[in-house]
Amino acid sequence: MTSSLMIEMNGITKVFPGVVANDAISFQVRAGEIHALLGENGAGKSTLMSVLAGLYHPDAGSIKIKGKPVRFRSPRSALAVGVGMIYQHFRLIDNFTVAENIILGASGGDIVLRSKAIEEEAARLSEKYGLEINPQAKVSQLSLGEQQRVEILKMLYRGCDILIMDEPTTVLTPQEVKELFKMMRKMADQGKSIVLITHKLNEVLEVADSVTVLRRGKVVGNARTADLDEKVLTQMMVGKELTPSRREVLERSRELILQLDHLMVLGDQGNVAVKDLNLSLYSGEIIGIAGVAGNGQRELVEAIAGLRSLAGGSIKMDGQEISALSVRERLARGINIVPEDRLGMGLVPNLSVMENAILHNYSKPEYSRGFLLNYKKIRAYTHKLVKDFDVALADINHPINYLSGGNLQKLLLGREISQHPRLLVASYPVRGLDVAATESVFHLLLQERAKGTSILLILEDLEDIFRLADRIAVMYAGTIKAVFDIQQADLETVGLLMLGGGETQL
Amino acid sequence: MIQYKFIKRETESLASHFIVPVLSIVLALLFGWIFLWLYGINPAETYLRMWQGAFGSSYAISETLVKAIPLMLLGLGLSMAFRMKLWNIGAEGQLYMGAFAASGIALFYGDLPSLVLLPVMGLAAFVAGGIWGLVPGAMRAYWDVNETITTLMLNYVAISFVESFIFGPWKDPASMGFPLSPRFSPQAYLPSIGDSRVHIGLLVALLVAVLLYFLLNYTKWGYEIKVIGESHASARYTGINVTRNILLVMLISGGIAGLAGMIEVSGITHRLQQGISPGYGFTAIIVAWLARLNPFAIIMVAFLFGALLVGGFGLQIFGLPFSTVQMLEGAVLFFLLGGEIFTKYHLQRSGKEGQ
Repeated sequence: MTSSLMIEMNGITKVFPGVVANDAISFQVRAGEIHALLGENGAGKSTLMSVLAGLYHPDAGSIKIKGKPVRFRSPRSALAVGVGMIYQHFRLIDNFTVAENIILGASGGDIVLRSKAIEEEAARLSEKYGLEINPQAKVSQLSLGEQQRVEILKMLYRGCDILIMDEPTTVLTPQEVKELFKMMRKMADQGKSIVLITHKLNEVLEVADSVTVLRRGKVVGNARTADLDEKVLTQMMVGKELTPSRREVLERSRELILQLDHLMVLGDQGNVAVKDLNLSLYSGEIIGIAGVAGNGQRELVEAIAGLRSLAGGSIKMDGQEISALSVRERLARGINIVPEDRLGMGLVPNLSVMENAILHNYSKPEYSRGFLLNYKKIRAYTHKLVKDFDVALADINHPINYLSGGNLQKLLLGREISQHPRLLVASYPVRGLDVAATESVFHLLLQERAKGTSILLILEDLEDIFRLADRIAVMYAGTIKAVFDIQQADLETVGLLMLGGGETQL
Repeated sequence: MIQYKFIKRETESLASHFIVPVLSIVLALLFGWIFLWLYGINPAETYLRMWQGAFGSSYAISETLVKAIPLMLLGLGLSMAFRMKLWNIGAEGQLYMGAFAASGIALFYGDLPSLVLLPVMGLAAFVAGGIWGLVPGAMRAYWDVNETITTLMLNYVAISFVESFIFGPWKDPASMGFPLSPRFSPQAYLPSIGDSRVHIGLLVALLVAVLLYFLLNYTKWGYEIKVIGESHASARYTGINVTRNILLVMLISGGIAGLAGMIEVSGITHRLQQGISPGYGFTAIIVAWLARLNPFAIIMVAFLFGALLVGGFGLQIFGLPFSTVQMLEGAVLFFLLGGEIFTKYHLQRSGKEGQ
């Protein structure tokens, strides 16, 4: 089967301040093919596709579409040659009908909306590609799977024959995923090219014809899926040169701190984000969550913090049910969170360093007198915090935004640690930090572990997890697939499981 | 081809916080200059007359103060809501409800001694205005109903409600058909300062400013307000009750506006009547913004806008419509909001291809 090349990207380089997101990437897709673009978070998949969709201008490299060189100025000019992108978050207007959404923004000079003709065209397209949908339905009445179909129809209506789908299965139910794959196959059979951005191995093997794997901004592999299996793909994705350094096991009697039982938590869009999750956390250990972002980690953290209510299951601390407790009551019991959203949730933007330092303490008797704040004590506390955790800053009265990422994180982590937590949950605490700052954050976490705190650690980098964790819990599709003692864990199995491959082995 | 683009400032400079409001007033006056000139009137003379009308004599200054008092109170009340990013634009209605409640007390319990009557009137006004703020606040807190729309609409309800009383049951039989309530008993008059028309409402406004400054900077509750205003996520993260604070702040914001209503009827008109406010509730929005929600700056800016109002009345004498003044006010707000971008961004010249 030799069909013509629809997409040819050559030597694409895109640099963001401090990061080379795409490093001389070449990427080809044939007509009538479903091509998976696979990689971990931050591998550069979205950047590459945003370049293809005209959202970013590459710093170097060239693009040919259907053999013709192109230079996109905007998504509109990409659309004009038939390249359309379907984002994870749909861009539909709830109060409009399907047909109205389809024509929204479509080129054409008609002032009068010929709704009848549009509806007919929409019906014809949905018939042709098996995208069942009622053109007169309002978007607000549709399920997420149906809304996705509207997005696809929108692109088809504009005459796209290259569809880029950014992690399209994240919000879908398994049934909807199956239907989506059927539609994708049907579209490919009729000559469309589809790029599937994903980090799930099973999807690649199930639906894609070929795959390109990215790691740290570079292409590390490119193959027909028929020649591949999960193992090979995993190795390509996570690399295999890592040799985890094993630390000595701390000999101490482990005490059960937190127990999660059949936890079920809903996501922002009402989807089931965490389901049937079981996990036990012990004192003096770091349990690392290995998983691709978006597999329910955020919802899990928020459920433990008390920011998100449970849809099912239980959370027990020291054997007592705490799922009905408020955030403040949980803080009082020693549950401290370093949230993913450092400046915006963990720290309050625009308030001073001092005001941020006192966030959990302002109402405690040590720092207030009746309804008044005791600034003398607060100032002393802030100075101590800044000194103890080596936060570099000019003045504690300056807005927190003046601090660098590393110093923000040190202040945030320091603030939580100085609450003497029994359970510390840290979400992506080193994201965006330089090497030195990363090391000092890790050092603080290990120190805290030595004090006997139970630590739940979510990190992007598997290598780091292997360095720090005592146990590794693999999270995929909202649940814990397996838990390994660090001595028994191997990178390949963990990698395979977190990408949705392999069998559950508890 | 040279292009300019906006670059986000890493820090908001303190100078820009001062320069932008001043510059926006200057630009508004320039804009007004052009407008007046097109209107066929000498702009310089107009501005001079306005200046004299507002500051030219001790009487002028006292009039300016009289107009500034309600603006001070309303601006202070609004600043609390704005600090929490609650867009209360219903101060006008809250003022009317406060005036209504205070008038009710004055009309029916007018025999009470001043020392009892005035505080009760104030309390009633605070509660009435507060409820008028609390209702949209509750709708926002519990059902996420946009408070901008509800507070705006409740203005018209309040104004019509008050009118229904002064055209109806509370109409003074001796008013010869004018929509006025009977005159209050002298016990219900706010004492004046000296022999001017300036009443002790001025002291009330200054007191509220001090209290508010103290509340925001020195109390636990003020701290919570600041946190919520910057980030709901942070507030929730540390267990601050966002819902309860929305209710409280809208109650107090409305309550202070209600107090302004009481002070107007008790200090100036001495009866409930139509048009007790020439749009103070809306002008106060500009006052609060120009002052960047700082309580003491609100006092000063309110004085400035009082001057603009009084100066504007002077214009009517020589045939300019009062809407000229309102246009100037609008222009100030317009330039202020437009200039806001310069506190957060600065312009950078760039070549053709960006960078």
